[in-house]
Amino acid sequence: MSGIKLKVLIGLLWIFVVQHSNAQDVNELVRKVKAKLDLVNDYTAVGKMKTDVAFIKAPVGAVKMFFKKPDRFKLQRNGGISVLPKGGVSFNMGNLLAASGFTAIDAGTGEVAKTKTRIVKLLPNGDNNDVILSTLYIDESNLLIIKSVTTTRENGTFEMEMSYGKYATYGLPDKVYFSFNAKDYKLPKGITLEFDDADKAIKEKMKGKKGRVEIIYSGYEINKGIADQLFK
Amino acid sequence: MWTHLQIELYKIFKRPRTYLAFAAITALIGVIQLGLKVDGKEYTEFVMADFATSFSVDGNILNGYFICYVILQLLLVHVPLLIALIAADMISGEANMGTLRLLLTKPQSRTAILLAKFFAAVVYTLLLLIWIAIMGLLCSMLIFGTDDLFLMKSSYVVIVKESDVFWRYAGAFCFAALAMVTVAALGFFLSFFAENSIGPIVATMSVIVVCTILSTMNIPLFNTIKPFLFTSHMNNWKEFFDFKVNDANEAIIGSIQNPQKIIQSSCILFAHIIGFVGSAIILFRKKDILS
Repeated sequence: MSGIKLKVLIGLLWIFVVQHSNAQDVNELVRKVKAKLDLVNDYTAVGKMKTDVAFIKAPVGAVKMFFKKPDRFKLQRNGGISVLPKGGVSFNMGNLLAASGFTAIDAGTGEVAKTKTRIVKLLPNGDNNDVILSTLYIDESNLLIIKSVTTTRENGTFEMEMSYGKYATYGLPDKVYFSFNAKDYKLPKGITLEFDDADKAIKEKMKGKKGRVEIIYSGYEINKGIADQLFK
Repeated sequence: MWTHLQIELYKIFKRPRTYLAFAAITALIGVIQLGLKVDGKEYTEFVMADFATSFSVDGNILNGYFICYVILQLLLVHVPLLIALIAADMISGEANMGTLRLLLTKPQSRTAILLAKFFAAVVYTLLLLIWIAIMGLLCSMLIFGTDDLFLMKSSYVVIVKESDVFWRYAGAFCFAALAMVTVAALGFFLSFFAENSIGPIVATMSVIVVCTILSTMNIPLFNTIKPFLFTSHMNNWKEFFDFKVNDANEAIIGSIQNPQKIIQSSCILFAHIIGFVGSAIILFRKKDILS
């Protein structure tokens, strides 16, 4: 009888130790990723943006992006008009990890774009944070965030998938696929006095469709300094 | 016929009412431009209120191309009245003044005289549209600058690249010209039946109003005749401002979403012009002119 008790006790102790050490691993992993992103104080990037939302017909346009620590980000179209889902595209990993504090929970492993990843759930500690929960898929060997699923208070849930190239050492992606639920966005009716017959076709096209914004970065200028006025 | 066309144009541009139309258009466009220049930001905020809760829009929405689109939407409903003022007076005006019989004593066929009158009305219509293009498009471009054209249709948003807009306006104005010439042809046809100008002018506007209502109402009984009404096709200049997208939802620059709709509408409007003018000629050739 005492032998069984001892085995149960050892088992419970083992579970506790393993879980605790995993939590420590995950916190350490997130800290390392953050440290990598911290190498970048500011950057200016140029690239192309493609908007793929069923009810928006927009041409592919050249864009310019600006980032400055701790969480300032601006996306600017190089001439022309740009339409972006609110809050989402201006969100980046630097913003999330720069938040005052977070609790990291290990959620196992997974595979994203043929890369083995550690799944980490991040819970911001502050009550006033817009982000409620963020799930990160981290490539442990390269300390890169491959994918994130973020739920916010104001702007719903959105997914970001990133692929890296020559700026991987700074944790900066070459491509970002940003997707969100386009069904949640409603267009006002009749505001332009236009009542065309395309409603049914568009509605059919929109069924279950996710909105997507694809940004392909062609170059970064890192740590060259950016004036604060640019973000106003 | 060229000499007769020149005489008819002289008659049109000698009348003060001709310039009334140009003055009215100048005033209307000026008022719209002034309003949007002063309070344009509030206007766009109001129009975009619901959309802006979900999306952020960056860029100069209130540019010359957008202003011209708004002007065309508002003006092309009222321009038929200004065209009817002249076109519906072409034959009835002569009859009213008692100069029609005298006119027909000239050594020219009735067809040639009638065609010269119709072409004069067409020239007036085209000049009116050119004036709208100068005031509505070119002046707006100067006052508000240029950028991409942002349009909110009933089910979707279209952003036309700046470099892809101007030719669309050229096409839209050509189509609008065809639509307005149809109105001129209707007024010209109706002017044959009266001996004073008011009747054909009111009749032209009445036909346009009734046909527009029938074109707008979504009642199955009228749906069968809708495709044959010229008013159902007059607004299809807007088709120039919608483009195709590929499977990846990328805009195909230089394309039109429904080119066949434009071609079909153009054919129907052209058929109406031939019908109205042809009927007027046939009836006029057989008519016993007493005034």
